This record gives sequence, structure tokens and C-alpha cells, in this order.
Amino acid sequence: MTRPATRTGPAAAPDTAAAATAPASAPVPPAGRRPAVPGALWPYLLIAPTVLGIAVLLAYPLARSVLISLQHYGMGELIRGGAGFAGLENYREILRDGEFWQVVRRTLWWTGINVVLIMVIGTLVALMLQRLRKRMRTLVLSGLVLAWASPVIATTTVFQWLFSSRLGVVNWLLVRLGFDSFQDYSWLAHGPAAFTVLVLLVVWQSVPFVAITLHSALTTVPTELFESARIDGAGDWRIFRSITLPVLRPVFGLILSLEVIWVFRCFAQIWAVTRGGPGGATTTLPVYSYQVARSLHRYDLGAAAATLTVLILIAVLIVYFRQMFRQEAEL
Amino acid sequence: MRPLPAPMSGTLRRLPLNAGALVVFVLCVFPVYWMVLTAFKPTPDIQAESPVFLPTSLTLEHFSAAVDADGFWSFWRNSLLVTAGCVLLALAVALGSAFAVARLRWKGRRGFVLMVFIAQVAPWEALLIPLYVITRDTDMLDRLATLTLVYFMITLPFTILTLRSFLTAIPKELEEAAQVDGCTRAAAFRRVTFPLLAPGLLATSLFGFITAWNEFAFANMLIIKNQDDRTLPVWLSSFSNVFGTDWGATMAASTLFALPVLVLFLVLQRRVATGLAGGAVKG
Repeated sequence: MTRPATRTGPAAAPDTAAAATAPASAPVPPAGRRPAVPGALWPYLLIAPTVLGIAVLLAYPLARSVLISLQHYGMGELIRGGAGFAGLENYREILRDGEFWQVVRRTLWWTGINVVLIMVIGTLVALMLQRLRKRMRTLVLSGLVLAWASPVIATTTVFQWLFSSRLGVVNWLLVRLGFDSFQDYSWLAHGPAAFTVLVLLVVWQSVPFVAITLHSALTTVPTELFESARIDGAGDWRIFRSITLPVLRPVFGLILSLEVIWVFRCFAQIWAVTRGGPGGATTTLPVYSYQVARSLHRYDLGAAAATLTVLILIAVLIVYFRQMFRQEAEL
Repeated sequence: MRPLPAPMSGTLRRLPLNAGALVVFVLCVFPVYWMVLTAFKPTPDIQAESPVFLPTSLTLEHFSAAVDADGFWSFWRNSLLVTAGCVLLALAVALGSAFAVARLRWKGRRGFVLMVFIAQVAPWEALLIPLYVITRDTDMLDRLATLTLVYFMITLPFTILTLRSFLTAIPKELEEAAQVDGCTRAAAFRRVTFPLLAPGLLATSLFGFITAWNEFAFANMLIIKNQDDRTLPVWLSSFSNVFGTDWGATMAASTLFALPVLVLFLVLQRRVATGLAGGAVKG
């Protein structure tokens, strides 16, 4: 991925760095001979803050999360401390809960529909960009960058305005198009409608990244390749299959897994728009775990749900990667 | 397919393509346009039965309503403080680590790089609850410093890895040449490598800025009692408590929230894209 560092003078570098910053009290060593200990210590001093950060802010909380999921940890324990060990009881309680499985199914459905829409639309836009003339391409690209750069919560708020029941543009447009039932229709009060709004929002926010990345992957292919293929009599479909697809495949795989992770974990948009409602219709796993912890004050169950969320996400990604490698092998 | 006459075929065949391009453009831009437009529209226009797409008169009253809203400036300041703190901290720490990884040789380097790679895919959603419990236990709840530290940790791995690849791409010979010419090691780094590193620093700061400015889940979880310490995203997400159905003020607030990111993006994008000074070492 990255070029390895050129190493012309391997031993010289760390020691001179140490010498340059050695405390003033230490005798400055003559060139060529250097103090052994500070020179060897220098890299470790440089990485110390990172190691400390990862230990305190990542490793410890992660371990604590697993621990909490194995304890009885409610409101009382949060205030007084002294949480007792519960073994796998929390996990058993969650796995027996019908609502949890409903949330899992909804999360998979949420991830599936979003990712398919994002990837299909993103790919189509990238292919379209490739065929546009320069001015049109610049126009579309700047639109994509604008949508991409807009902060998530800002556009989330805008979508609530677009889909607002009485004055929203979407309802107005739908009524104008003849769907009179959308007069003053309250999107966020109906489960499937709220779900649709969230899907549209997430797709709108994600497509630009996919389209721009795939487009820049496509521009690495010399245009001569396409031209010579055309001269050799290849049709559009043939060019797509024999040139475009192989070029896009590795980038496509990477983006697909990024989008799966991103959509699966999505919390801010859902929480800001519906808080998981109405009637739990938009509660996905991250929202569920948050609700259990914060609204019910069952931090133990919330932590267990979070652990299960991570495990399910890993399982989804493993299935996906195995599928991809199998396809790779068949080619 | 029957070939059309040459000049005709060009325009005609491009028609659906260009139409599609326009649709994509409009779909991308419209929500942002609608946000800005609503923010500037007089209230009667906002509440008109059929929406006004091209305004006849503009007003700043929604912006003053948004800015006058309770605590707007402190939320703005909080967001700015947390974001700037996160970016600066991540840059300082990452620069040291990236330098150690890219330029120095030491035992455990591979292990360290692997650890950073793993940290980059940390399951942050699973850290919400333990971090809440830990910050509560250590009396760090409702503090901007806590948020700054969390955002710092979220952006740190990416910053290290990016700066590292930038550093390894800058030939060491440049620094060595400067040292031969009489620079100290530190001065050689500052005068030669640092300017070449600028695009990397810009790219990673932009990433850190956007991440911290937008972050919602932790800001929502870790700042609860002291409402004055909230950041803009959390405040904006509860706009209906603040503005009710005053969409003009809500959109003005959204615009003010989006503005710094959009401006930064426009200003920095070209410079980031310019990339490294490619021809620094020739031959």
C-alpha cells in the first residue's frame, strides 16, 4: 500500500534525533559517538501518547464493556457501585427476548436495502460520469461534493423539513403528481413511511462517496483501452464486463464493506429523526442497545446487546468476504 | 443498431445521458439549496400553500432568531473548542508516532503499526455504554475535555496511518542533504520535510474537523446534565424543542452549522488534492 521508507543510513537517524533534543545538561557527544540509551528510548517516547490513548480510551473501555455485559449493572450499581457477577445471564435474557430478534432482522433488512441502493445508484452515477462531457461532469461532480461535504445532522434536519407533513415540499410534489393521499401526510408517524424517509436520507448521504470513489478508480484506466476495445468491435456490455468490472472490482469490494459497516452502525440519523419510533419501526441494533441502556437503565443488557451487535457485524462481514473470495476463485 | 447521421447522433444520443446528469445534480443540490433558501425566505413564503422556489425577497430575520436562541453562541463555541482541540491533539500525537514509524528503527515497530490498524476499526458503538460508565465514575461527565479526548481517539489511528504514508513517500535524502548543508536534524525536518508534509497535515485535519464537528452519539451520551455544554449537532437534533415548527430559524441554524465545513471543504479541497510536491527529487 505505501512505499517502504528508503533506508540509506539506518542507524544514523534515531541517534541524531536524540542528540538534537538531548537535555542541555548532558554533555554533547562528539560526532560519530552517541549516547546509547536516549537514542534507543526516543521512538518509545514518541509513541507513548498513542499507546496511552489506545490503552485508556479504547482497550480499557472495550474490556469494561465485556465486563459490564457479564455483571448485574443497573441504575443502582451505576450510583453505588458493587456490581455482582452474572455470568451469561444478560446474554440469555437478550437472546430469549423476541424483540431482540425482531431488531436483528430489521437491522439486516435496513443494512441490505440501504447498501444495495447505495451501491447500485453509486455505480450508475460513476458510469454516467465517465461518459459525460467535461463541463457536465464538473457540474455533477460539484453537486456530489456538496452533498458529500454537508454535515450529517444538518442534512438530517433538512430532510425532516422536506418531509414535513403540512408544508413539506415532498408532500406538495406528490399531491401535484396526483397522489392526493399525501395531502398533509405525516411521514414520521407511520412505521414504513418513517423507515422510507430514513433510507432515502442515508442513501442520499452515502451515494456521493461511492460515486466519486468509483469514478476516480475508473479514471485510472487509460482511455486508449476503451477506444481500442471499441475498435476491436466490443459492444457496451462487453466493455463493461471485460474492462470496467475488473478495474472496479477491488475498489468496489472495499467500498461495499465500508458501506455495510457504516449503515449497520448508523445511529445519529435514526436517533435524530425518529428515536427508533414510531412503535419501534426504525429501531436497529445500535438504537436498541442505546435505548436499553439509557431509557431502561439496564447498562448490563445494553452492553450485552452492543457486544452481540459487534459479533453480528463481524459475522456479516465474514460471510461477505468468503463470498467474495469464492467468486474471485471462480474467475 | 442503425447509425444516425454523425452530427445528429452526438446530440441525440447524449440527450438521455445529459438529462440523467441533470437529475443527479438536482437531487444532490436541492436539499442544500432548500436549506439555504428557507433560511433566507420571509415567513409568509415559507408557509405558502405551494412552495416558493425562487424567492422574490430575502430576509435575515431567521438568522437573528437562530443566533438569539438560548445558548447558541455557547454551543457554537463548544463545538469549535472540541473540534479544534481534537484536531490539534491528534496532529501533535500522530506526528510523533508517524515519525517514529516512518523514520526510526526500533523493536516492536510492526506490533505498534498493527495495533494502530486494529484501533482504526474499533467498534465505537460498543464503547458508548462503558465510556458513559467510566466517565461517570471518574467524574468526567458533562465536560468538553472528555468529548475532546474521545474524538481525538476516534481520529488518531487514521491520522497516524495517513501521515506515515506521507512521510515514507518523502525521501529521507532531502533531509540528509539539508543536514549536509549545515542544518541540524530538527531544522532539516522543520524546513524540508514539514512543508512537503503540508498536504498530509491538511487532509488529516480536514478529516478530524469533519469527524469532530459532526459527531453525535458520544456528545449525546456524555453531556447530559449541563445543557450549556452541549455541542451544535446535539442541539440541532432537538430543534423542535427550540424552534417548534419555525422552519426558517431551524434552517438558518442548520446553515450556520454546515457553513464552516462547506467553507473549509471548498478552501482546502484543491490544496489537499494537489498532493505532494512530486518533483522534489529528480533523476
